[in-house]
Amino acid sequence: MRRLILLLPLVIFLGVAVFLYRGLFLDPSELPSALIDKPFPAFSLPAVEGDQLITQENLLGKPSLVNVWATWCVACKVEHPVLNKLAALGVTIHGVNYKDDNAAAQKWLGEFHDPYQLNISDPKGTLGLDLGVYGAPETFFVDAKGIIRHKFVGVIDEAIWREKLAPLYQQMVDEADQ
Amino acid sequence: MMRLLSGLVLLLALGGVAQAAIDTYEFASEAERARYRQLTEELRCPKCQNQNIADSDAPIAMDLRAEIYRKLEAGESNAQIIDYLVARYGDFVLYKPPVSGRTLLLWYGPAALLVGGFVLLGVIVLRRRKGGGVAATGLSSDEQQRLAQLLEQAPEDKKAP
Repeated sequence: MRRLILLLPLVIFLGVAVFLYRGLFLDPSELPSALIDKPFPAFSLPAVEGDQLITQENLLGKPSLVNVWATWCVACKVEHPVLNKLAALGVTIHGVNYKDDNAAAQKWLGEFHDPYQLNISDPKGTLGLDLGVYGAPETFFVDAKGIIRHKFVGVIDEAIWREKLAPLYQQMVDEADQ
Repeated sequence: MMRLLSGLVLLLALGGVAQAAIDTYEFASEAERARYRQLTEELRCPKCQNQNIADSDAPIAMDLRAEIYRKLEAGESNAQIIDYLVARYGDFVLYKPPVSGRTLLLWYGPAALLVGGFVLLGVIVLRRRKGGGVAATGLSSDEQQRLAQLLEQAPEDKKAP
């Protein structure tokens, strides 16, 4: 018993070491979204092009990715070709043009191809605020019932899609098919 | 005199800096201004890792300041405003996280460690007092007895070979 007590400092040290070692690989800029498993916030915003008014009801029926982007966002430009590829593969992607100039957004979509099914224009960032957006690009995974299932902050590249995000999307598609 | 003057200049300069971080919002009353200041200082900017909304220049912090100001003007209470932000950005925005299952350790861990330390200290002190010399050598009473026996035998052993 007395011997075991002598081991206590070592045990405490190992506990702290494991705890701190894990901390090395945590990304502190990755916030857990407060909206996971909650319905997509209600909104009523115009489309980037045309006079169509888009609401949260338009998102229902099919699982989709809702991608928050802007022309001033450098990382969005990096992400854009990947979204184009995903859209070509049949992934439903909607865009939220966040705090942007509409003309610039139209030009961007004309020049770099438009992967979005719905193009929501959010010039004042009101939907962004309701979504808890703190930096573009951010991508929300919304299931067929309009529930936010997952949020990804940052650039989606092919490796991240393959390893992390595709299974999540597939799961939503499978659920919708049932 | 020089010292006093330079001190005064420094004070004025610092005062200027402190004022600059605050937006030019007009408040109906001093109480409202104080609430605005308190809220923006207690809430954390979601984009920046360790700055409050009041100090941050990030666009999102500006938006949130404007939103807080709008809500104050609309007559919402501090709790309502904080709930609004927590619903969107999660507990991350709070510099004072609520007491919950996940934050129990954070809130009471240090106090528990302190109390545990004192308890341990008390136990050790009490044992030493009770045990007297025993604890000092680190031997149990059995071992102590054997030691005494061995010491008695020792002179005889020495004679043997």
